[in-house]
Amino acid sequence: MNDLEGLVLQARAAIDVAADPAALDSVRVDYLGKKGKITALLKGLGKLSADQRPAAGAAINTAKQSLQEQIAEHKSVLQSAVLATRLAGEKIDVTLPGRGQSTAGLHPVTRTIERIESIFRNIGFDVAEGPEIEDDYHNFSALNMPEHHPARAMQDTFYIDSNTVLRTHTSPVQVRVMEASEPPICIICPGRVYRSDSPDLTHTPMFHQVEGLLIDEGISFAHLKGTIESFLQVYFENEELVVRFRPSYFPFTEPSAEVDIGCVMCSGTGCRVCSHTGWLEVLGCGMVHPKVLEYSNIDSERYSGFAFGMGADRLAMLRYGIDDARLLFDNDLKFLRQFA
Amino acid sequence: MKISERWLREWVDPPVSAEALAEQLTMAGLEVEACHTVGGQLDGVVVGQIVSVEQHPNANKLRVCQVSDGSDTLQVVCGAPNARAGLKVPFATVGAVLPGGTEIKTAKLRDVDSHGMLCARAELGLGETSDGLWELPQDAALGQLLAGYFGLPDKVLDIDLTPNRSDCLGLAGVAREVGVLNKLAVAGPAIQPVAPTIDDAFPVSVQAAADCPRYVGRVLRNVDLSRATPLWMQERLRRAGVRSIDAAVDVTNYVMLELGQPMHAFDLDRLDQGIVVRQAKHNETLTLLDEQTLTLNDNCLLIADHAKPLALAGIMGGVDSGVSTTTQHLFLEAAFFSPLPIAGRARAYGLHTESSHRFERGVDSQLQKLAIERATRLLLDIVGGEAGPLIEVVSAEHVPVAAPIELRRARIGKILGFELADAEVEDILQRLGLTLQSTADGWRVIAPSFRFDLAIEADLLEELARVYGYNNFPSRNLRAPQRFKRSAESALPVADIKRQMLARGYQEAITYSFIDPGLQAQFDPATKPVRLANPISSEMSVMRTSLLPGLVQALAYNIARQQQRVRLFEAGQRFVRSTEGLRQDNMLAGVSCGSRWANEWANERAPLDFYDVKGDVESLLSLTGQRQDYRFEAAEHPALHPGQTAALYLQGEQIGVIGALHPRLVSENDLSGEIYVFEISLQALLQGILPSYGKISKFPEVQRDLAILVDKNVESSIVSSDVREIAGEQLTDMTIFDVYDGQGIAPSKKSLGLSLTLQNHSRTLAEQEVNKCLDKIVASLEQKFGATLRN
Repeated sequence: MNDLEGLVLQARAAIDVAADPAALDSVRVDYLGKKGKITALLKGLGKLSADQRPAAGAAINTAKQSLQEQIAEHKSVLQSAVLATRLAGEKIDVTLPGRGQSTAGLHPVTRTIERIESIFRNIGFDVAEGPEIEDDYHNFSALNMPEHHPARAMQDTFYIDSNTVLRTHTSPVQVRVMEASEPPICIICPGRVYRSDSPDLTHTPMFHQVEGLLIDEGISFAHLKGTIESFLQVYFENEELVVRFRPSYFPFTEPSAEVDIGCVMCSGTGCRVCSHTGWLEVLGCGMVHPKVLEYSNIDSERYSGFAFGMGADRLAMLRYGIDDARLLFDNDLKFLRQFA
Repeated sequence: MKISERWLREWVDPPVSAEALAEQLTMAGLEVEACHTVGGQLDGVVVGQIVSVEQHPNANKLRVCQVSDGSDTLQVVCGAPNARAGLKVPFATVGAVLPGGTEIKTAKLRDVDSHGMLCARAELGLGETSDGLWELPQDAALGQLLAGYFGLPDKVLDIDLTPNRSDCLGLAGVAREVGVLNKLAVAGPAIQPVAPTIDDAFPVSVQAAADCPRYVGRVLRNVDLSRATPLWMQERLRRAGVRSIDAAVDVTNYVMLELGQPMHAFDLDRLDQGIVVRQAKHNETLTLLDEQTLTLNDNCLLIADHAKPLALAGIMGGVDSGVSTTTQHLFLEAAFFSPLPIAGRARAYGLHTESSHRFERGVDSQLQKLAIERATRLLLDIVGGEAGPLIEVVSAEHVPVAAPIELRRARIGKILGFELADAEVEDILQRLGLTLQSTADGWRVIAPSFRFDLAIEADLLEELARVYGYNNFPSRNLRAPQRFKRSAESALPVADIKRQMLARGYQEAITYSFIDPGLQAQFDPATKPVRLANPISSEMSVMRTSLLPGLVQALAYNIARQQQRVRLFEAGQRFVRSTEGLRQDNMLAGVSCGSRWANEWANERAPLDFYDVKGDVESLLSLTGQRQDYRFEAAEHPALHPGQTAALYLQGEQIGVIGALHPRLVSENDLSGEIYVFEISLQALLQGILPSYGKISKFPEVQRDLAILVDKNVESSIVSSDVREIAGEQLTDMTIFDVYDGQGIAPSKKSLGLSLTLQNHSRTLAEQEVNKCLDKIVASLEQKFGATLRN
């Protein structure tokens, strides 16, 4: 038995000093392998008497098991150390930028139009589009602006010829939808529009409008007010936004209104953007003029509706603090990248 | 329309400040754009009189004046050349602070004491001119505060009127509106008919009665136009933004500003026999007051005499018949012209006058006699003379008559969305000057002649809402009409396409739809673009037939600003004339230049090439779910490199183009290097397909690589489609994993490496089958393209 105890002590010491998995394995082979020293003891059991054999066998097996456990334990320690070394060597600078194409951004006007579209789609509006080169009828006459109507002078028009214009608003799209469908009609019309203004801080000869049209039974000016107020509060993410309606005139709506909001730059205290009035004009609207309904063969006794229009460029400028409208069409990457 | 607050308050004087008044008008639809204070602080400035003038002992340009302020005589040093004894001038006494902030103190100027300052108009904020002292009329009371003498303090309300409210293009109209809003009576100056003192009439013949339903005139003899317009009138004109000319013109302008009726004064001696209101004859000429000579069209209304045209009716008078300081006898005109014949005419001749502005919007058809009486009285008071009888030619059937408007009680609630009590409705309409008669379901309403804009029920609803106050009635939540919307699942939203471009690193741009014709011709010389009749500049004068010129311009703009790597895309319409008419197609286009990747540590350094951009385009095609239906073919395009251009086809129809910008265009646009572009029909891209499931084979797939040598000019697409055809449906995937030419290969050849994946739906493919298939492929390629296997 002394042999066994001595061997176990030797083996334990050898396991403890094994510095890597290979050394540990050779210790295992030395003692527990087929030709190992402990294995040899087992083989020597046959020389013992039958009554000694069970106890001696049991002692050897216990010793063997205990050594196996110690080896497994030490092996796991050694493996962890190896892994730790490897991992330490594989450390990288995770703060370096990643590989590949950097993502670009939408134009701020597109962002704005998409936002307006999504707000109105959420309450059931469809989006309609149409041609930018329009005939006189759809741009003017069908909107209750016959030839020589003074309101035509309100919009400086680009002409192609006497009967063809660059649309001055997206209202002709509404006319086309009214001509082609029956109420209820519930659309918004985003798109490019053109007026012959020379470019300056607040004007460009091309800009974008989003107009809306809702025609159904029982639609009143009170609905228009509620819709516009809610839209502006949602758009500007400000439930407290002050909205006021001022009587105005558009040939295609009556009653008509201009809509002002409390200046979003100075909260109404007065600044350069609101010309120190505390108010920003953001939208025009009104109840669809009965003549406009009649032009499109909609029964103005049965149906009523409202229309509204806003400048997407202006809303983008207000929302993102852009102080020069011309920047919108310079397409300077230093400008555009700010909206990515 | 600029309105003096003081003048307005002579008509109606609500107990509110000018600012509150401005707010009231704005909120009633008469938008007050600005409310300016007239002049500045004029405390301490009085009407003074120069008693004597002596040369300053030490300065050539200065004079020493003794000036009376009414009680004392003070010494003032003055540099104005027009200082002279007896002159009445504005005298800023010691202690006064002028509008510019100058405080008047006792001073020594070159050793001479000066106790105050004699002022020019500009120094008091009362006009532009600063050349010399302001010479006040001799009847100005000495010592009176200048502010009081001058009708100050005052404010000017600048009202931006909408085209429907031309009734407010006169003070009277604005006053009426103020009266309505404040529930006050409005009273202007009493205007009595002037009894004629001579019986000179002047023949008036109206040949265009429909266009001129009423013409009122009057002869005034022996006027003295050398007499100045009184200061109060000059000042009211000035505050309204109208220049003072002479008494005759000033009075006609004054009456126009006061009542809203444009008028004209002719020199009677220059009129031949009588007035004729008629249409112009073709090519008649007329020299206007602004001295431009017009050649007239025949659709233009004229005031003429028996020999010649005198004036463009309702627009501008002629220079030959205009008044001057030597005019002795006047013929005054106040006419009612129908809006339609005036509308557009002024603009057609490039004119816009106070008169045309009013007539084309509409003037009260009953106002003419009142205006003539008012003008006659004012002229007699200012320039003397004798008035003849009033002459009126009227065509009753053409004078507008206000038709009754039915206002239904039920429509108020229906359209405005709230109920108004009958009493409230009646009160508002009566305050507006409308006459009412009750009917079974509402009212029958007649508008006064000055509210010619009110013609239908909707007009009355607007009046009710406006006067009641838009912000005083409720807002209601909308219940948008609920219905199931039809939408095709296969349709791609534009937003998805745009986001794919963003993911590929393309920044969205928006360029002008009108571009320079030269630039346009560089890209599309064969197409005649749509041209604007009235562009704002030649650089923005033709409608683009492609989005590429604008994008290339935007790219150049950025290159010029030190950007090296530019990727831009745009979605928008292009405008092409075709046999079916004008086509307005939605397109998607992109431009790019610079390195393939951003210059960062992890990215490979390589310049962009054709296949980068083609990959970007293919990524869009993949979105549609039918990438394999698109075909690229070598093509030519006037703006693109002849060897690096492909046309994109979908179902046999060309829907786009992709390629390298032609080196000629690169240099013509001051660019350098390779620039790649593409333009695709957005409409075609938006049409995707509905996915459809195909069974997945349970049997293993086999992958084989094939390297072949073919002539360089054999296009890979032909090779791959042949492989697909020969292999049949067992071929589940094929990629071109290598393209090589150069060392080891004959100069005319290239090597294509094809990786084929084969799989069968019902069994495991045997080795022999696979080999047989590959042999067939190789044989076919050999036969069709002279391909050989590369070893």
